Amino acid sequence: MGSGSSIGRVRGLGSAKEGAHHWWNQRLTAGSNLLLTLWFLVSVALLPAYDWATVSAWLGSAWAAVPLALMLLSVLYHARLGLQVVIEDYAHAETRVVLMVLMHFFIVGAGAVALFSILKLAFTAGAIVP
Amino acid sequence: MATKPVQRPLSPHLGIYKWGPAMLVSILHRATGDGMALVGTFLVVAWLACAAAGPDAYAAFMGWFTQADGGLNPLGYLVGIGLTWSLFQHMASGVRHLFLDVGAGYELRVNRQGAVATIAFSAVATIAFWAFVLVGK
Repeated sequence: MGSGSSIGRVRGLGSAKEGAHHWWNQRLTAGSNLLLTLWFLVSVALLPAYDWATVSAWLGSAWAAVPLALMLLSVLYHARLGLQVVIEDYAHAETRVVLMVLMHFFIVGAGAVALFSILKLAFTAGAIVP
Repeated sequence: MATKPVQRPLSPHLGIYKWGPAMLVSILHRATGDGMALVGTFLVVAWLACAAAGPDAYAAFMGWFTQADGGLNPLGYLVGIGLTWSLFQHMASGVRHLFLDVGAGYELRVNRQGAVATIAFSAVATIAFWAFVLVGK
């Protein structure tokens, strides 16, 4: 902190201008998670069986593939926000940076695999020969 | 002068707090949320990836959690019930948080009742879900 004018001593020390961003996005995805995970629980419970033919036929429908992709995006973003808070609470210094990077690799990697898998099942419904 | 250590009163430590429903629900919210963020994400994504890879990979994935007759094995029950209970507990606790966010439910009695209600909801919803899947259909 310099010894300049009173405004010069406090400038840059205040809000990062995005304090509410994390909080609001967590609430926003909480709402979308509520709707989408309830849809997922009901849909899975109502499936007649859990063998490959049933599950792949279910995800071959856009009515299942699109909400499931939305659920993964919403849940993974919400998970990323929650994991960030835990890392910030319990990890410090270099460990915090390393864990934060690994956490993002995990979330983005999981999202990529999930979306690819959903789209593959949706676009190749009935085309994969057992 | 300051040679003798003074026995100062210590600030209340975690160990002397009496556990209440609100504290339990608070830590459960974090534990279930981050448990699902790690274990749940891994299993759901593995399930989808194996389904996309084809019937053999899917059968191998399901083989970890089911017996030869198709019923769940102990690991299947542990993971299945654990994840659904976590989801219901986090869901109820999350809705409670949305009410707390707007400033409602801070009166001691209402706050306590809300916390107890999330625990009751998650237990009832988990039992209802598995009763339907295992015997209701």
